[in-house]
Amino acid sequence: MDGYTAALGEVFHRDGTKLDDCVALVFRGPKSYTGEDVVELSCHGGLYVTRQVLGEVLSCGAQPAGPGEFTKRAFFNGKLDLAQAESVMEIISAQGRRSMLTAQAAESGLLSKRIGVITEKLEELAAHLAAWSDFPEEDVDIVDIDDVNTSLGICSDELSALLDGFDRGRMFREGIRTVIAGRPNVGKSTLMNLLAGRERSIVTPYAGTTRDVIEEPVSLAGVPLLLADTAGLRETEDPVERIGVETARRQLMNAELVLAVFDWSAELGDEDAELAESVQGLPAVAVVNKCDLEQKIDFGFIEKNFKNFVKISAAQNIGLDELERTFSELIGTESFDAGQAELFTDRQRAAASAAKAAMEQGMDAIRLGLTLDAVTVCVEEALNALFQLTGRRVSDEIIEQVFERFCVGK
Amino acid sequence: MTYFAGETDVAVIGAGHAGIEAGLAAARLGCRTVVFTINLDAVGNCPCNPSIGGTAKGHLVREIDALGGEMGRTADECMIQSRMLNLGKGPAVHSLRAQIDRGLYARVMKRKLELCENLQLRQAEVVDLRPRDGRWEVTTRLGAVYRAGAVIICTGTFLGGKVFVGDVSYESGPDGMFPSAFLPDRLRELGISLRRFKTGTPARVLKSSVDFSGLEVQHGDEPVTPFSYDTGRELENKEVCYISWTSEETHRVIRDNISRSPLYGGLIEGVGPRYCPSIEDKVIRFPDKARHQLFIEPCGLETEEMYLQGMSSSLPEDVQVEFYRTIPGLENVQIMRSAYAIEYDCCDPLQLNATLEFRGWPGLYGAGQFNGSSGYEEAAAQGLVAGINAARKLMGKERLILDRAGSYIGTLIDDLITKGVTDPYRMMTSRSEYRLILRQDNADERLTPIGREIGLISDERWERFQRKQSEKAAELKRVQSTTLPPSQALNDLLVSRGTTPVSTGIKICELLKRPQISYSDLTDVDPHRPELSRAVQESVEIQLKYEGYIKRQLADIEEMRRVEGKVLPEDIDYGKIKGLRLEAAEKLEKVRPENLGQAGRVSGVSPADISVLMIWLASRKDKEV
Repeated sequence: MDGYTAALGEVFHRDGTKLDDCVALVFRGPKSYTGEDVVELSCHGGLYVTRQVLGEVLSCGAQPAGPGEFTKRAFFNGKLDLAQAESVMEIISAQGRRSMLTAQAAESGLLSKRIGVITEKLEELAAHLAAWSDFPEEDVDIVDIDDVNTSLGICSDELSALLDGFDRGRMFREGIRTVIAGRPNVGKSTLMNLLAGRERSIVTPYAGTTRDVIEEPVSLAGVPLLLADTAGLRETEDPVERIGVETARRQLMNAELVLAVFDWSAELGDEDAELAESVQGLPAVAVVNKCDLEQKIDFGFIEKNFKNFVKISAAQNIGLDELERTFSELIGTESFDAGQAELFTDRQRAAASAAKAAMEQGMDAIRLGLTLDAVTVCVEEALNALFQLTGRRVSDEIIEQVFERFCVGK
Repeated sequence: MTYFAGETDVAVIGAGHAGIEAGLAAARLGCRTVVFTINLDAVGNCPCNPSIGGTAKGHLVREIDALGGEMGRTADECMIQSRMLNLGKGPAVHSLRAQIDRGLYARVMKRKLELCENLQLRQAEVVDLRPRDGRWEVTTRLGAVYRAGAVIICTGTFLGGKVFVGDVSYESGPDGMFPSAFLPDRLRELGISLRRFKTGTPARVLKSSVDFSGLEVQHGDEPVTPFSYDTGRELENKEVCYISWTSEETHRVIRDNISRSPLYGGLIEGVGPRYCPSIEDKVIRFPDKARHQLFIEPCGLETEEMYLQGMSSSLPEDVQVEFYRTIPGLENVQIMRSAYAIEYDCCDPLQLNATLEFRGWPGLYGAGQFNGSSGYEEAAAQGLVAGINAARKLMGKERLILDRAGSYIGTLIDDLITKGVTDPYRMMTSRSEYRLILRQDNADERLTPIGREIGLISDERWERFQRKQSEKAAELKRVQSTTLPPSQALNDLLVSRGTTPVSTGIKICELLKRPQISYSDLTDVDPHRPELSRAVQESVEIQLKYEGYIKRQLADIEEMRRVEGKVLPEDIDYGKIKGLRLEAAEKLEKVRPENLGQAGRVSGVSPADISVLMIWLASRKDKEV
């Protein structure tokens, strides 16, 4: 069969009995994902039939793919560079829509391209410096130290932008650790269930129902959150509840985002004041719940203590849009273009940081008035670091780190 | 008719810059050595530029000297003008270059070979080379058969040499010498793969026919820095060079006659060096350049020949006369030797290992242009390494392998044997990733201990080296522990150099770290400094000023040596390693790198291939356990 063709056929057991109808898709190397010849068999759904077919294929001598096997082969066969291979792993483990868009951008080589622009500039610079010092008596343009400085500055800024993107990128990839906090019975668990889209926390009219930390990955405005519902904050004699309250306070300390819940229909208490104080300096949204009921809260308190606040009714599903909007504003997703190439892994971040540090050391040398040979080695070191990012040079560590990541997924 | 002429340990074919170092090193290490040359008057000849050193090449000469080679000492003896290039661009790229008296250089070198114990210098053309019973039989044109334990091929442009001037071409070595016409076929029969390279040289002209009146004069540097650590006396500049430029008229003559160039007419098949283009190359490839620079350099004190650096050509003689005469100062020039291109056979250096021995032909070594390099200094460096290794092998000693992190010599050899060459290889500072460490001023620190261990460094030299090192260490310690008070004199000095004055005492080393302050600046404010040589002062100053940058490179070196330490087994069958791309497997099979570091530098081998190798090595290790 030719590559990129499909054929309908039947799968038989060795004893001649027919197992299933199936479609075979053929990809011929090097024009395949892995660069090798690939055949994909599509059979009817159902675990039983699929297992039968798989069992037959294996008994004919096929070997099951190890974790990440296809991507590994694609990398070995030169179909993907390191940055691309890593982003495949990102797609596979992408938790939200945005992080997947970013991963796809990197896979299509956007990341490599953005780095390519920097390396090209650095290579040009390095080449000029080399010609200038290796051919001193020939007609090579004099290297202008200000130009070198400007070029290094531009490259370093570009890398800074990539590095900033990394931190935001990680937020989207790994999920934001978000804590729902508030005094008892303000509707934390109702909010949790609304966001989770299911009955995750037990909701009762009784204060102090939630005692342990209930965690659930949810998606808000396309961003993954690792949401934790906690025990209501109050002084209590109940030893079990007290442990729950302490745990809730610890959770608060480690939160990346706090949804501080207040009751629209109740007057403020000491616990509310305590909560407002304890989230000072943390990224927080005041969620004023039960807005369908009569107002008893002093809303001025909320306005005074929180930059971001929304009125909702979790029970009536009112105000969720506004919560999403406020949340997006807070974490800056409005300005975050998911299609932009961003840096992904810690390895990539480390390489970019090393490159940036080398460039900065080069600029330092210029500032101090050191000779250009010192600047030159910094430029080359930056290049070397960036080459490692796209796998153009290699050391033991890189491989080790990359293949640690290949142990999951495709 | 042949006859048995004798047993020897090492036979060196050729007595150019590679052959000289190879022969002297082997003989000095105690091996009976025969050095063959097609013509005794060609020993140590400089058939191209009458100068030694230059960017990166100067580093090589210093390293050769530090390791116990001869080139630096002889260059100093024959120096007629010396310059340190790249001053102001930083210590990593400072490079020494000397104009030399080429006639004297050749005579001095020949005399050194003649006087060297264990060394026999023999005029003879080697025509046959064959292995027999673990030794090599070397046969000359006149029928003498020598038996040698090791053979070092240093044939330069003699091997299959062919000269081109316009549409005239004839078989010839350099400077009208006989070529080595029989050996190429013998080498091919042995199975060694040969290729064709070419190089060229400009005309030599009569001094009295040049009008120097309107030309820029270029003087040597005072004081002169010698190449050799053995040169104790002060050297003097004796000659000057001149600078002129081509004109639009020069370019017109060249363009009008370009079809008569053997290169453009397709007669030359050899590949020329990218870094040393002929004048017709420059004119055609850079049509926008209005003029090209040339240097008019003396060939020696006892000759009227002048060398036209930058003006090599293979255009016909009549065209040469015409275009040289369009150049200011050369209006009435008389050519004494015409410019010519020369094509020659050389090996593919991917067949060599890091000792420059052919893999698969034990005891057979190559050095110099035969290995695909260009330049006297590159040749000498390889000759030295090949000579040392041939001798050590015969004496049953461990191989000498210089790595990239320790020397330009190591970098040169590593590039040749792992990356291979597509055109004649010239050393450049940018070829070394460890430039701030591999400086010309510290060649002795890097290599003299190795030279001493090998046995090429005399007791006297070794003592001098150790004295220098202890002086340096003591001075470093002193400047790091001595504090200067914030005197008026000190602050006046600092302000005058454009750097911040001090209000409290400051350590001398902190002052030296400032780029604006040199060691000699501090003479008056640092009254207790000991009397030290320029070299020691320089060394201390560089170490302090570039400390941060040097540390960075040292960390890189550590990483590089770690990967270099991952040895690839000799019996590895690349064809059988799963996941290795076919192209990479073929390349690795051909180059057969000794370690992972080398493998990573082989062209055509990707990082992915290296990771496959790493995984393969790791799994192999697992199986062994």
